Amino acid sequence: MSTMLEPTTRTTDVDRERSSLERVWANESGLRGWLSVTTHQAVGMRYIVTAFIFLLAGGVEALLMRLQLAVPDNTLLSADKYNQIFTTHGTTMMFLFAVPVMEGMGVYLVPLMLGTRNVAFPRLNAFGYWMYLIGGLFLYWGLFTNTGPDVGWFAYPPLSGPQFGIGKRVDVWAQMVTFTEISALCVATELIATILKMRAPNMTLNRIPLFCWGMLVQSFMVIFAMPSVMIASTVMLLTDRTIGTHFTNPAEGGDPLLYQHVFWFFGHPEVYIIFIPALGMISSIVDTNTRRTIFGYPAMVLSVVATAFIGFGLWVHHMFATGLPQIGEAYFTAASMMIAITSGIQIFCWLATMWTGRIRWTAAMHFVAGFFFIFVAGGLTGVMLAAIPLDLQVHDTFFVVAHFHYVLIGGALFPLFGGFHHWFPKFTGRMIDERLGKVTFWLLFIGFNLTFFPMHLLGLKGMTRRIYTYPSEMGWGPGNALATAGALIILIGGILFIMNALKSRKYGVEAGANPWDSGTLEWAADSPPRNYNFVLPPACNSRYPLWTPLKERIGVTGLRTDRREVLVSSVMDAEPNHRYPLPHSSIWPFVTAILSAVGLIGSIFSFQWYYVACVLATIGLLGWFWPRRKAEAEA
Amino acid sequence: MKGEVSFSRGYPSLTFGALIGAASVLLAGCATHHQSVVDAAGPQAGRIEGLFWFFTYLLAAIFLIVIVMLLGTLLRGHRGIEQEPLEGVHAPSTATERKLHRNVLAATIVTVLILIGLLVSSVSTGKALSSMGARKDGMAVEVIGNQWWWYARYRSDIADRTLTTANEIHIPVGRPVMIRGTSNDVIHSFWVPNLNGKIDFIPSRVNTQWIVADRPGRFRGQCAEFCGIQHAHMALWVIAEPPDQFEAWMNAQLKPATTPADPDLLHGQQVFLNHACVFCHTIAGTTAQGSAGPDLTHIGSRSTIAAGTLPNTKGNLGGWIVDPQNIKPGNHMATVDLSPNDLQSLLDYLESLK
Repeated sequence: MSTMLEPTTRTTDVDRERSSLERVWANESGLRGWLSVTTHQAVGMRYIVTAFIFLLAGGVEALLMRLQLAVPDNTLLSADKYNQIFTTHGTTMMFLFAVPVMEGMGVYLVPLMLGTRNVAFPRLNAFGYWMYLIGGLFLYWGLFTNTGPDVGWFAYPPLSGPQFGIGKRVDVWAQMVTFTEISALCVATELIATILKMRAPNMTLNRIPLFCWGMLVQSFMVIFAMPSVMIASTVMLLTDRTIGTHFTNPAEGGDPLLYQHVFWFFGHPEVYIIFIPALGMISSIVDTNTRRTIFGYPAMVLSVVATAFIGFGLWVHHMFATGLPQIGEAYFTAASMMIAITSGIQIFCWLATMWTGRIRWTAAMHFVAGFFFIFVAGGLTGVMLAAIPLDLQVHDTFFVVAHFHYVLIGGALFPLFGGFHHWFPKFTGRMIDERLGKVTFWLLFIGFNLTFFPMHLLGLKGMTRRIYTYPSEMGWGPGNALATAGALIILIGGILFIMNALKSRKYGVEAGANPWDSGTLEWAADSPPRNYNFVLPPACNSRYPLWTPLKERIGVTGLRTDRREVLVSSVMDAEPNHRYPLPHSSIWPFVTAILSAVGLIGSIFSFQWYYVACVLATIGLLGWFWPRRKAEAEA
Repeated sequence: MKGEVSFSRGYPSLTFGALIGAASVLLAGCATHHQSVVDAAGPQAGRIEGLFWFFTYLLAAIFLIVIVMLLGTLLRGHRGIEQEPLEGVHAPSTATERKLHRNVLAATIVTVLILIGLLVSSVSTGKALSSMGARKDGMAVEVIGNQWWWYARYRSDIADRTLTTANEIHIPVGRPVMIRGTSNDVIHSFWVPNLNGKIDFIPSRVNTQWIVADRPGRFRGQCAEFCGIQHAHMALWVIAEPPDQFEAWMNAQLKPATTPADPDLLHGQQVFLNHACVFCHTIAGTTAQGSAGPDLTHIGSRSTIAAGTLPNTKGNLGGWIVDPQNIKPGNHMATVDLSPNDLQSLLDYLESLK
């Protein structure tokens, strides 16, 4: 390794390297320094913390809805408030929690797992975070000024169009989507570049941790899916609303169904964008806690890739009731059912791993077990929904509400909570309280099933979605009361989770670098990782480098430590190619985000602001890319 | 009750304790089945219900197997793998791996076969549904979704046998009825689960669906696509009657309103015709020919008002006319200022429109 890199020094003085790295990777102090941070651990953690705060907001909205529906003919929330709240709930959970939190985990963990120092484009990374934050605050500014969107998180025209969508409510929603899709595209771009080009030497494609495979596939899905929602929400809906185009107006030759197709071409892959990283987390938890390599690695990778491809081919199952030709419907039924094959293979592989491993019964493993229970149930009702005759009955009823909460909470939130407990020592340097973690699990597990299982029955008994109240003679009262009771248990679980995280962060037992004796490279870094992750970036000689004997492990020497330098390696076999200096921290991503936001938000009031946005963003980019003097750049 | 039986029959998989409790509490509150997927009143819904139970039993069994396997992995501890040197190499012997490989492959093949079976049963049911009902003696009802009520029209080749009504669709038992639906404003979805699945009503498009009732009864439906602030209050009733009763109803509905002889009713009619009511509502046989709101020619014969929101009583109707925004906030009905006397006469008149 070292011969290829023309090392500046062969006798590695680790301490001197360390202090040099500390200096060059240090973040500036003060507010300006805080806004200028571009290190992936800090940005990743900001994503995660922000997303959890939005989860809390979305949870409060869910609780308000549950309280409103707890009894028939309730008047706690008005129809208008309820509609704003359920729309904001869905929007928050999809755009402001689920996708960003997975991205945050990716931004934090991927460079560590790959054995590099940062993501490929650190400034883009920071910019993406600020766009996400502004978009989220924008939506909540709308909600608190009675401009919260009220047409559902899917915003079907004509209801969301200029004729029926009153005020600026829909515009706030559509432009919030723009912010989050820019953010998601930023993360996707930099993660693809990082995973393909910045892996530790010899980390060939078939040695990448499954979580990184998940993030890679997810990032490609983002790149193909997000432009679709941009066309739906920003191009069709916003221009219909702001400058009077007629994309969705049937009276002028437009078509409301066109919007649905384009929206769901994004909307369905979105589910897998959330779910695929979670699968990677499960693999990490399972291999660590069964003390064995994951069974069927190639099958796992191929399943994830296949899921991504199939995921783009079944958007129409959200539209079975719109009256499509039968031949097309049969295709989409088949495609929807195929997802069960790829998911099934992964579940079988995990079960095989657990069957022959030695299970360590940690809090994270509890969440994985919960995932199996809930996700499999949700997946099976998904197979029911793929059957068109059944879908036509239960579509847009609480049966579907139950189904996708089983899939998304079971398939993404439980693994995420598991992952959070699993990587908490890496994030903070301290162990999370395992006992409280297990109590959290049981509260969430019981609360979840109590909340969402009755919804299956409510849907079968005819309870449609998105209704703010229902008459008592429908007989939906008891089921709803039960669901609300379950939601309160989830709330207690959530509070316990937050308290546990805050407490353990301060008073937890010191973790050390690798408390679980895991095999992947993120556990080779300090806990919490230094800004540069590794003094000597590791090389890789197997899928589980830390499970190989100590004397066989190799470090990369020869990277300059007096600037933010990383190793670029080849795509297939991760052969070291060349050294590459990453840009220093900068305030300009933040400034550019603010300037773009001014234009984007202005444009929902007047189209002219798009021009302003272009000019302002250009100013930001000038600062961003302003060349530094050589000496300064290397300082 | 039939529905209750089928509920408890359908969930043998609920061995997990908490959920049994959940389900039984729910079933205790299960008083009505007039909007239920699992209480079919016609061949279409019956066929779907059969498919539903087939899927439910099969998938519940699969769920149980997976959970048993999961519990097996969690509870077996080290049994059977003591000899494997996991800690050193972090992998079992190749013999074990080969065995796992065979099992995973077998499970995958079984999954594929089951899914093929489910696909075939689903597609064949879909095919059967699409041809079911298309019979010579079938009749058509045009239904148009509006924010937040349903317009219905029975067309006939004979000009004066075309009738218009709202929110209540009467159909003869045993005779297929084609619902031809579209929308006047936003997307709605027509759903009467006891009879068939749902079908979206989309502006500028016409979607069709066949329904047949094989027993008399009142079946509730509800808009299933979110359509704005009062989406929750957009119900309708399908009333299936024996053919002779249906004919009688039809003949009654075809009659226009007559000028009442009773002075109170006459005054009520004048109140109606001299206020804003006429801009939106039609009463056939009078000058009121508005079309933005439901046809009121036979309002007195309907069982509910405001699209299934309230029972059609004089008190409810009075409350609705005095302050529609209180009962259904955001709906498009204007508030009309009426003196108590005028209101009384108006209510008497409307209730007389049988």
